[in-house]
Amino acid sequence: MSSRYLVGRLGQALLVLWAAFTASFVLLQLLPGDAILIKFEGGDLGLSPQQIAEIRLAYGADEPVLLQYVHTLAGFLQGHFGYSIQRGVPVTEAILANLPATAWLTALGFAVATLLAGTIAVVSSLTGLRWLRSLLRGLPPLFVSVPVFWLGIVLIQIFSFRLKLIPVIGAGEWEGLVLPVLTLAVPISAPLAQVLIRAIDEVRTQPFVTVARAKGASSRWVLFRHVLRNALGPTLTLAGVLFGELLAGAVVTETVFGLNGIGRMTEQAVNNQDAAVLQAVVVISAAGFVLINLAVDLLYPLIDPRLRKTVGATT
Amino acid sequence: MSAPVDVSPPPLLSIEDLVVSYATAAGRTRVVHGVSLDIRAGEVVALVGESGSGKTTIGQSVIGLLPENGRIDSGTVRLNGTPISDWSQDRLDGLRGARISLVPQDPGNSLNPVRTIGAQVGEIFRIHGYRDRAEIDRRVLELLTRVGLSDPELRARQYPHELSGGMRQRVLIAIAVALKPDLIIADEPTSALDVTVQRRILDLIDDLRAETGTAVLLVTHDLGIAADRADRVVVLQHGRIQEQGAARDVLARPTQPYTRQLLADAPSLARAAQRRPRPASTPGEPAIVVEDLTVDFSVTGDRRGTFRALDRIGFSVAAGTTHALVGESGSGKTTASRTVVGFQSPTSGRVQVAGADVASLRGEALRQWRRTIQLVYQNPFASLDPRQSIRAIVEEPLLNFAPVPAADRRRRAETLLERVGLPGATFGRPPAALSGGQRQRVAIARALVLDPAILVLDEAVSALDVTVQAQILALLDELQRERGLTYLFVSHDLAVVRQIADTVSVLQQGRIVESGPVQDVFLHPLTAYTRDLIDAVPGRRLQAAE
Repeated sequence: MSSRYLVGRLGQALLVLWAAFTASFVLLQLLPGDAILIKFEGGDLGLSPQQIAEIRLAYGADEPVLLQYVHTLAGFLQGHFGYSIQRGVPVTEAILANLPATAWLTALGFAVATLLAGTIAVVSSLTGLRWLRSLLRGLPPLFVSVPVFWLGIVLIQIFSFRLKLIPVIGAGEWEGLVLPVLTLAVPISAPLAQVLIRAIDEVRTQPFVTVARAKGASSRWVLFRHVLRNALGPTLTLAGVLFGELLAGAVVTETVFGLNGIGRMTEQAVNNQDAAVLQAVVVISAAGFVLINLAVDLLYPLIDPRLRKTVGATT
Repeated sequence: MSAPVDVSPPPLLSIEDLVVSYATAAGRTRVVHGVSLDIRAGEVVALVGESGSGKTTIGQSVIGLLPENGRIDSGTVRLNGTPISDWSQDRLDGLRGARISLVPQDPGNSLNPVRTIGAQVGEIFRIHGYRDRAEIDRRVLELLTRVGLSDPELRARQYPHELSGGMRQRVLIAIAVALKPDLIIADEPTSALDVTVQRRILDLIDDLRAETGTAVLLVTHDLGIAADRADRVVVLQHGRIQEQGAARDVLARPTQPYTRQLLADAPSLARAAQRRPRPASTPGEPAIVVEDLTVDFSVTGDRRGTFRALDRIGFSVAAGTTHALVGESGSGKTTASRTVVGFQSPTSGRVQVAGADVASLRGEALRQWRRTIQLVYQNPFASLDPRQSIRAIVEEPLLNFAPVPAADRRRRAETLLERVGLPGATFGRPPAALSGGQRQRVAIARALVLDPAILVLDEAVSALDVTVQAQILALLDELQRERGLTYLFVSHDLAVVRQIADTVSVLQQGRIVESGPVQDVFLHPLTAYTRDLIDAVPGRRLQAAE
């Protein structure tokens, strides 16, 4: 891996972040109304037009758009994400309070999804039982068509209300994560499993698999020592792309299960047009996305030695 | 052991009345119909036939590695008298690699691309119960040395893509002989290799076999190889044995018409001399002139590391004749042909085709010029769009130039398809419905639809069976006479070149080491390299028999 490649990739990453920032800024500006309007001008607080004008001035809400853009961008570059109008606290503070819960949820959700997908793919590839194979291979299409919110509700119905395994309210920190993590993991595992199964099937038709079998290797040996590593590439690519799905899933899951996290915060910010919060969430998500995909790209050469050199060998 | 009634021991391998079928969309299709043959210890038996004859399927049945949709319907395979055809896969695992091993066809894809050579050779010891790492490493290096790889320590640490095709095939042979099996199934072990490499690999198999007394089932479409290497020959057609016996007898006195046909179609250096002489070409502007052509490739991405693919080569092709570019892979013959058709720009030198300087053509002029020179590729399976009908494939080039009315396009495509010998029923069908030979006819029709003056044929018959190959070569010859076409024929197969070309340039590492009329170069080669290429052509025993 040349350092030039790395520098180029980092440059691309910064460009993506800037583009995400700008696009979200423009979109938020295009929305009619704003957070100040929603929070202070509803009439409930009984503020006079003059007081409202002062608040607008304090937040800089009526500055020219270009100036606002420059200010916000400068703030982001220095790590100041502005103030949440709805919550009345700095956005940074709100995010730091909510990030750990979401980080755990998504990390565990992703880990469980990977495990689930891997198990489905490996067991269905190894089993000699035709019915088990068909059953397992039927799971991903089923999983992928299940909406997240519905799955969450059904899991609560079954595990909390019927089986009374996990209390709905007052569950322990870890206990409370079980159902949300499952809810998040199942739909993500489906495309992973599908792609992995396909890749395994394809690699299995390669002549080198026949050669391995001709050496006397069992089908398990062949799968674990020859097929899986070759089949990992497409799955890895997809895993990077699914990170976005994971964040979207977190919004729904946190709302359904009443968890406080970035997802819930996003949902509330959208309702209240809390632009500063949304702007920060978009940029942080984009940063996560860019980092994950950079990691994926750097992983490829470790899996496939053919990618370690820029120039192909003779065929 | 009880004394057998028959004094002679059972043959090492005995196949009795084998019937194999595949599950297809249209139901079960039988591909092997009651084949019986024996292989005695230490014997080399060649299984010869065209594609679709069932020869590979028989090899796969012996080692228990039929594709998932394949099944042995009846018959028995016995190893030293023990029936193994009804064994479970688990039970066969103990046999495979240890007593029966495989040398596969395509060294390019037969090694796992993500594991080192050392790991893949060592694996066969680990599978069969070796535990001592140092011992395994020692055996791996010993094997790599034995199969003639230089610097075995380095090779063991390298990945398959860092080795050439010939080196990879040596690695695969090392794996096959590692546990000194009784039988090696060699499935077209050299068909993907250059002739010179081919000969060295076959010599290596011969040596190792002689050392350990291993028997070989040599599956091949190449009668020359069968004649040179086998004790006995089994000729297969459509899953049935046509003829079997000692190699000498079968090839010198074939009793079956099919065997005679195969022998007649096999390209050979000797028979080519009977070729009809070409009408004297009209003297004038040569169709292709290459002068002082040099092509460099950048290896490291900057100027420092360049690889010189072609080094000041020159040749010219008279209009209406065939010029062949021959040489081992890596000799630059494909780069030369790509430069002639304008896909590769020369680093220096001049390429003139049909009166135009190729390097100076740009944009629309280049596009129009492409009408005059067309390509036919090696692989008829990959070079046709699987989703278009045959007719649409042939019509397509016409869409790129001055508009031709639809009815006219259709007529021109169909006339050409008929001319290249395709039945009218196939015109509306996709390429998948056609055989390899028919597909190559489509590719030729497509190349001709723009009425070019020149065809570049890049290994255009190398992927075809001998009989089909002979038909396509005859077609190319007729078309050339009819239309006054000029051919640039790129091939590693010298016997084919001998048959079709008027003049030849021999390339070695980017340089032309010898050129001239085919007769002169082949009968009186001046360089050791050319002599090597000619000597490596299999089928010496075939010629001796004639």
